[in-house]
Amino acid sequence: MYSLWLSWKHLVHKPSQLVLNLVLLALSTGLIAGVLLFDQMITDRLDRNLAGIDLVIGAKGSPLQLILSGMYHLDTPTGNISLESVRPFMRPGHPLIQRAVPLSLGDSYQGYRIVGTDTAFLAMYGLTIGQGQLADAPMDVLAGANVAKALGLVVGQTFQSVHGLDDNPDLTHEDSHPFRVVGILEPSGTVADQLLLTPLESVWMVHDHGHAEEVTGGLPEQDQRQITTLLIQYRVRNHLTLNLPRNINENTELMAASPAMEMNRLYALMGAGTDLLGILAWIILGVSGLSIFVSLYSSLQARRYELALMRVMGSSPGGLFRLIIQEGFLLALAGGMLGIILAHVGVWLSGQFLEDAWHYSFDTWVFLPAEGWLFLAVLAFGVLAALIPAWQARKVDIGETLVD
Amino acid sequence: MIEASSLSFHYPGGASISFPDIRCDAGDQLLILGESGTGKSTLLQLLAGLRQPDTGSVRIHGTMLQDVPKVRRDQFRGQHIGLIFQTPHFLQALNVEQNIALAQRLAGKEVDLLRIHALLDKLGLLHRLNAYPRHCSQGEQQRISIARALINRPDILLADEPTSALDDRHCREVLHLLQEQAADCRSALIIVTHDQRIKDQIPHTITLERHV
Repeated sequence: MYSLWLSWKHLVHKPSQLVLNLVLLALSTGLIAGVLLFDQMITDRLDRNLAGIDLVIGAKGSPLQLILSGMYHLDTPTGNISLESVRPFMRPGHPLIQRAVPLSLGDSYQGYRIVGTDTAFLAMYGLTIGQGQLADAPMDVLAGANVAKALGLVVGQTFQSVHGLDDNPDLTHEDSHPFRVVGILEPSGTVADQLLLTPLESVWMVHDHGHAEEVTGGLPEQDQRQITTLLIQYRVRNHLTLNLPRNINENTELMAASPAMEMNRLYALMGAGTDLLGILAWIILGVSGLSIFVSLYSSLQARRYELALMRVMGSSPGGLFRLIIQEGFLLALAGGMLGIILAHVGVWLSGQFLEDAWHYSFDTWVFLPAEGWLFLAVLAFGVLAALIPAWQARKVDIGETLVD
Repeated sequence: MIEASSLSFHYPGGASISFPDIRCDAGDQLLILGESGTGKSTLLQLLAGLRQPDTGSVRIHGTMLQDVPKVRRDQFRGQHIGLIFQTPHFLQALNVEQNIALAQRLAGKEVDLLRIHALLDKLGLLHRLNAYPRHCSQGEQQRISIARALINRPDILLADEPTSALDDRHCREVLHLLQEQAADCRSALIIVTHDQRIKDQIPHTITLERHV
């Protein structure tokens, strides 16, 4: 402990050098850990929303946009499709499809999306009701846990929706029926936490320019009702399901996109960016190692006499070697810890930002095993950088030095 | 006590120097006088085990220096020998108290703060306890280095030109201090110098000749 203390005293004796080394180390460690954490945070959050969905069907456009809007409720929808055109997929005894969940998007309340759907949605995401009851009747709303908390919604409360997915009060549907909260969902960690769920009919009513009674009164002769997206879970996986997306895309006005494929493409795009950032961070780590080496090595000349003095007072050459190695180690220890803290604070901040922007919540205080390895690598760097200066210290010739 | 016989040493590529035999008992004082170039500092380093002699031996408190295993030699020196240099040097990162405690630590002893304080008090330095050596005056630094050399009650106190840089008054003071403190610890005091002023103050003198 005493010799560690002695090493530490020498480090704090040169505050400017200490700060430079710590900043470099914290920056590089923080960047690497930050990239690891951010990657983990995003993929973990996105993966949890896959919910076993095999196929997303919607209007033609960008497949990634369809996935992002239909599954993650991030992007705007590609357009609407007629309920008629997807009715075959919703047939109960379909040989390939186990579950098909229609979604109708377009309205929001204070920035939170109102999703017209049916009870199959609850089953698909494994949602349970915390308070109140199922939204059975048109204009009933089942609020996601986070929405309810953020907006302070309680069962029985009513509100007017806003047209569009942005929080724009000018577009409030003032003349239509208000929505009424009838239940609040348990937190699920999925996208459903950020949504306001309502029966499909509600959305049709709101957009039927005030003539809602006609819709609930009975189906019109020609069904012109539209939905936005159909989420599909397969019953089986075989060559038929494999070809299903292509069949839909080639032979109908619909577009089918596979979430797994689209998300992999997105990760690949993201990955290129994070890989580059990671490489940059390792380069900075290399520079900080070099900086430790240079500062230890250059201070060695000034400390020759002190080192010889320590030998005179009883320190062995090995003792001096250890003293310098410990300085590198302590620098790496402090810098590495600062870096890891920095990364978590940074990811927490960006999580807060994304939460505001996406209405998503993120777990930012998880510690990854990779961070442990990173920390060990940084420690090894510190010791490695101190190796040559330490060897020089070990070889200081006391006789020669003290004559000067 | 310290005893050296038939010591000789040569610098790499230089001529060999032979030294007269030396003996100094506990509580005794010995002055080794010599002009520059007579190998005074080298002799002191040989006595302290800081250099290896070509021939001859140094016996400290009954132990032959060359018999002490290399890994133990530094600690042996720390425990038995106190060294004082012409220009005092310290670990700049440590304050006065910590610098003296370091001498106890490195010699493998427990830190004895009471002794440190008592010794500094005796040398009139107690108020400098928490100061950093570079903020102390030259005279204070010299006294701190004496305190550091004495802290482990060494058998031998070796001083290399302790007075050369000082004016007459400080020269007398430092010499008096060395003699008094060495007597206090019953250390054998050896002063190596070219400073003729202290010649008459010390009972035994060996003069090194510029050699042949």
